[in-house]
Amino acid sequence: MLGTYYTFPELLLWLPLLTGIILFFIKNTKAVKGVALAGSLLTLVVSVISLFYTDVAHHPEYLAYNNVSYVWMPYIGSSFSVGLDGMGFLLTFLVAFTFPLIIAFTHKEAYSHAGVYYGLLLLAQAGITGVFVATDALVFYFFWELALIPMYFLCSRWGGASRIRVTFKFFIYTFAGSLLMLIGILYVYLHTAPVTPQSDHSFYIKSFYNTTLSPAAQQGLFWLFFVAFAIKMPLFPFHSWQPDLYETAPDSSVMVLSGLMVKMGIFALIRWLLPVFPDAFGKYESLVVTLAVISILYGSLIAMVQSELRRIVAWSSIAHIGLMAAAIFARNNISLQGAMIEMLNHGINIIALWMVVDVIEKKTGIKKISELGGLASKAPGLATFFLIIVLANIALPLTNGFIGEFLMFSGLFEYNKILAAFACISVILSAVYMLNMVQKVFFGEAGPAIRDISVNLTGVQKLVLSVMVAAILILGIYPQPVLHLTENTVAAIMMNFK
Amino acid sequence: MNNIFDVAYLIPLFPLLGFLINGLGRKLNSKRVTALVGSGTILLSFILSLMVFSAATKDGFSAQHLQYFTFISVGKLSIPFEFQIDQLTSIFLLIITGVGFLIHVYSTSYMKEEDNPGYARYFAYLNLFVFSMLLLVMGGNYVIMFMGWEGVGLCSYLLIGFWFKNTAFTNASKKAFIMNRIGDFGFILGIFWLIQAFGTTSYGTLFDTHGGVSLAAKGAPGVLTAISLLLFVGATGKSAQIPLYTWLPDAMAGPTPVSALIHAATMVTAGIYMIARSNIIYALSPLTMTVVAVIGTATAIFAAVIALRQNDIKKVLAYSTVSQLGYMFLGLGVGAFSASVFHVMTHAFFKALLFLGAGSVIHAMGGQQDINQMGGLGKKMKITYVTFFIACLAIAGIPPFAGFFSKDQILSAAYAANPLYYYLGVGGALLTAFYMFRLMALTFAGKFRGTEDQWHHVHESPSAITLALIALAILSALGGLVGIPEVFMDHGNKLDAFLSPVFSEAQKVLAVHPASSPQTEIAMMAISSLLIIVVSIWAWNKFRKFDGTVQEAGAFARAIQNKFYVDEIYEAVFVKPLKAFSGFLGNVVEKSGIDALVNAVGRGVNYSSRQIRLLQSGLVGNYILLMVAGLILLLIIQFFTK
Repeated sequence: MLGTYYTFPELLLWLPLLTGIILFFIKNTKAVKGVALAGSLLTLVVSVISLFYTDVAHHPEYLAYNNVSYVWMPYIGSSFSVGLDGMGFLLTFLVAFTFPLIIAFTHKEAYSHAGVYYGLLLLAQAGITGVFVATDALVFYFFWELALIPMYFLCSRWGGASRIRVTFKFFIYTFAGSLLMLIGILYVYLHTAPVTPQSDHSFYIKSFYNTTLSPAAQQGLFWLFFVAFAIKMPLFPFHSWQPDLYETAPDSSVMVLSGLMVKMGIFALIRWLLPVFPDAFGKYESLVVTLAVISILYGSLIAMVQSELRRIVAWSSIAHIGLMAAAIFARNNISLQGAMIEMLNHGINIIALWMVVDVIEKKTGIKKISELGGLASKAPGLATFFLIIVLANIALPLTNGFIGEFLMFSGLFEYNKILAAFACISVILSAVYMLNMVQKVFFGEAGPAIRDISVNLTGVQKLVLSVMVAAILILGIYPQPVLHLTENTVAAIMMNFK
Repeated sequence: MNNIFDVAYLIPLFPLLGFLINGLGRKLNSKRVTALVGSGTILLSFILSLMVFSAATKDGFSAQHLQYFTFISVGKLSIPFEFQIDQLTSIFLLIITGVGFLIHVYSTSYMKEEDNPGYARYFAYLNLFVFSMLLLVMGGNYVIMFMGWEGVGLCSYLLIGFWFKNTAFTNASKKAFIMNRIGDFGFILGIFWLIQAFGTTSYGTLFDTHGGVSLAAKGAPGVLTAISLLLFVGATGKSAQIPLYTWLPDAMAGPTPVSALIHAATMVTAGIYMIARSNIIYALSPLTMTVVAVIGTATAIFAAVIALRQNDIKKVLAYSTVSQLGYMFLGLGVGAFSASVFHVMTHAFFKALLFLGAGSVIHAMGGQQDINQMGGLGKKMKITYVTFFIACLAIAGIPPFAGFFSKDQILSAAYAANPLYYYLGVGGALLTAFYMFRLMALTFAGKFRGTEDQWHHVHESPSAITLALIALAILSALGGLVGIPEVFMDHGNKLDAFLSPVFSEAQKVLAVHPASSPQTEIAMMAISSLLIIVVSIWAWNKFRKFDGTVQEAGAFARAIQNKFYVDEIYEAVFVKPLKAFSGFLGNVVEKSGIDALVNAVGRGVNYSSRQIRLLQSGLVGNYILLMVAGLILLLIIQFFTK
C-alpha cells in the first residue's frame, strides 16, 4: 500500500484512530503506554515516508485535495474524501512528529484509567489529522468536533484545580463557534452546484470554492466561519477560555492543545475561509489584521505581568497566534509563506516549552516564578534546553522561530507599515517576559523551596528534548525545504485573488 | 590552496567548532584542553584572516561574493546564505580575530579560578561570540548581518550574566539584551523596508555600481532617509548611543576580558560597521547624516562628562567607550567613513588594553574595583603600569600614539562639515584626557589607600596576561601609523587608500568640502595636542596627591556621579507606566471586561434556557396554542415580506 502517495492521508488518520480505540480496552498501564507510543511512532514512520512523495504536490497534474474519496452520504452530496497538499503534508507531519515525543516525554506520569486517557489522546490525534486532510466540508466538520470532544474529557477528568468550570467554558465556547460554522457550511452547501446525479448539491471542497455567493451573503458567512476559527486559535477578543484552560489542563493535553489544536483554526482560515469568501475576505482584511495586531500586543503585555509559568506561556501563545492571523490576512506571498512555516515552528517551540515547564512544575511543585530561582546550578542541562527553547520562542536568528517571524513581519510590512511596526513591538516585549522568566527560574541562588529537590531529567526526557532542540536548530539554519513544500499551496491561494 | 576565498568559510567555522567542543564537552575537558581549543580556534581564524587581508591588498582585488546555499527563498524574494569579503570586512576580520585571540589568551589565566565546567562554559560562550561577530561582518546581506547581530547580543547577554547566581549581574544582562532589542526593532524594520523598496538585502545587488549608479542609490530620497534612520536606531542600541546607551555601563558586570572584547573592541562597533557598510544610503540622506553626527557628538560629550566622576575603574572605561563610540558616529555623520573605521581599529587596541590592564589591577587587588581604594600600584605592577600608560596616551590623542591619528582625522572632517562639531569634539577630547589621567593617577601613582593585606597581595599578573598587554601596547603605540595625514606625508594615509573602493560612491555623492590649508590643519593639530597635554599633566598632578579623603560634592557633581539619573528617568517614564498599563489590561480589561462579558453571555443563555424550559409544561393544550401562534406569526411575516 505504501508507495502510492494517495494512501497517506488515510493511513495517517486510521492509525491513531485504531490505536486509540484499542487503548480503551487495555487495562495494564505499562501496556497502554507501550501501545500508545508504538501507534504514534508508526504514524510518524508513515508521515516521514510520505515526505518523500511531497514532490508530487508540485506536479502540475497533481490537483491538490483530490486524492481519496469514498461514498459516504451520496444523497446529500457528501463523500468521505481526504487528501494532502503541501500545507497538509506540513501539518500532518507536525502532528505525527510531536505526538510520540509528547507521549515519550510524559511516560513517567501516572494517570488513573491510563487506557482511557491515552485512548482519548490518540482519538484527538486522529481528529486533528482529520481536520488537516479533509476535503469535504462535512468530513471537515466531523473531525473538527472529533478533536474537540476527547480534549474536553481529557481536561475535565485529568486536569488540575477548577478544571470542571474551566473546561466547561472551553467546551461551550468552542462548541458555540462550531455551530456557527455548521450553519455557514449548510448555507454554502445550498449554493453549490451538483457533482453527482444523486444530489443537488455537494460538500466537496472544490464545489465550495466554485460557489458564487453574493457579496452580502459572503459578508455574513465570513463572520460565521471567522468566529468559529477565531475562538479556536484563539484571537482577541475570543481568547478568554485559553489562559485558564492552559493553566489547568494535564501535561500532555496542554501540549496537544496549544501546539496542535490551535493550528486547526489557522489552517481553517487558509483552507476554508480565504478561498470560499474572497470578496468578504478582502473587505474585512484590514479589520482582522488590526484585531490580530491588538491580539499580539495584548497577549505580550499581559504576559509581561504574569507571575505563573503556565500563564506566561499561555499569553505568549496568544501573541504568536495573533501574528499568524495577521500574516494570513495581510495575504501576500511572503506573509503567507511565513504563516505556513510558523505553524510548524510554533508547534514545535511551544510543545518544547511546555515540556520544560512541566518538568519544573512537577519536580518542584511550584507554579510561581518568584518562588523558583537558582535552578541553573542544580540542573545545568535543563537550563541549557530551556534557554535554547526560549530563544526559539523569541525568534532569535538561527532558530526556527526567526524564519516564520521574519517572513510574517516582512509580509505584514508590505501590507501596512504602521501596523507592522506596532506588531514588531512584540519583538521587544517577548524578550522582556521570556528573559524575565529565565532569570527568575534559573538564575540567582537556589532558594529553600528547591534546595533539596532533585531536578534531573530522565534519559528519555533528555532524548526528547534533544530531538526538539535539533529540530529548532535544523529548521532555523536550513528552512528552505519546508518553504519549498508549501510553495504551491501559497501560489494557489494567490492565484485565487488575481 | 590557490584561492584563500574558497576556504573563507573556515574563519567563522573554527570558533563555531570551538564552541561545540567546549560547550558539549564542558564536563569532560580539562582546563588545558579547554584553553587550547578556545584560543587555538581563534588563532587559526586569525591566520586565515591575515591571508584574506593580504589577498585583499593585492592589485585588482574586488569584493568577493561567496554563496553557500539558499537560506530563504519565497516568491521573488531570495535570501542566500552568502558572505561578502571586501576591504572593510578584511579590516574587521583582523580586529576581531587578532584582538580576540589576545583576549582569549589573557582569559586562560584570568578565569583560572572557575571550576572546570564553568571554565569551559566561559570559553564556549566566548567562541560563540567570535563566531557571531564574524558572521556579522562577513555576511553578504543584511539578514546574515542581523543573524550575527542578534548572535553577538545573545553572547553578550550570556557573558554579562556569566556569574548567574548574582541577581544584579543577571539584571544587567537582561537589560543589555532588552535595550539591544529595542534597537533591533528599528534595524529589522529597516530591513523590511529594504526588501519592499529593492526586493533584496544582498550588498552585491544593492551597492555594486557596475561602473554607474548602484541600485540603492536609485531609491527615492524619502525611502532612503527612512531606511537609514531605522538602521541607525539599531546602531544606537548595539553601539550604546543616546538614548539607548545605559546598558553598557551596567554590562561591566561581566568578566573583565569580556568587557574588553565585547563591550569595547568589537561588538559595540557593529553599529559603525553597519553604517559604513550602508554608506551610500546614508550619504544620500542628509537628514540622517545630521542626526548621526549630532547624536554622536552629544554622546561623546555626555558620556565623557559622566566618566569624570566615576570611581569604579571599569565604569570609567565603560563611559569612555560610549564617548569614543560617539566620536566614531560623529565621523560617520560627517561622511568620514574611513576615519571612523580607523578609529574603530585604534580604539580596539587601546580600549582592549585599558580593560585588560584594569583586569590585571582588579586581579591584583583581589576583586576591588574602586579607584579610591587603590593608588601606588605602579610600583608593584610595572608592566601593567607602563602598558596602561601607553593606552592612556593613545586614547587621549597625544601624538604619535594611535588615537591621535584616528581622532584627528575625524575632527578635521568634522571641522570641514561644521566647525561647531570640531570645537565640541576637541572639548570632549580634553575631558577624555582629564578622566583618563585622573584614572591613571588614582590607580598607579601616589600612596596605596587599601588595607595592609591587600597591599601584600598586590603582584604583577602572570605571563599570559602581561603578554597580551604588551602586544596591545605595541599596537596602541604604533597602530596609528597606517593613517598618517597627508600634510605630513604623501600617501601616508594607507588605510584610507585601502578602504576607498568601499566608500567611493558615497564620496562621490557627498560634496567634497574644501580642505583647509595645510598650515591651518597643522596649527589646529598643534593647538589641540598642546591643550590635551596640558590637561593631562594637570589631571595627573591633581590626583597624584589624592589621599583618600572624599570631598563633599556639589549639586552638579552629584548629578554627574549619579549619571544624570537617566536610569531613574527611564524607569519612571517608560518601565513603570508600561507595567501599570499591562497590569490594567490583565486585571481590569481582561477580568472585568472581556471575560466578564463572555461569562455574562453564558449566564444569559443559561437563564433564558431556564425560562424557555418552563414552556415545556407537558400540557398538550399549551403546545397546540403555541403552535398556532407560531403559524400565525409565520403567515404574517410571509405576508409582509412579499
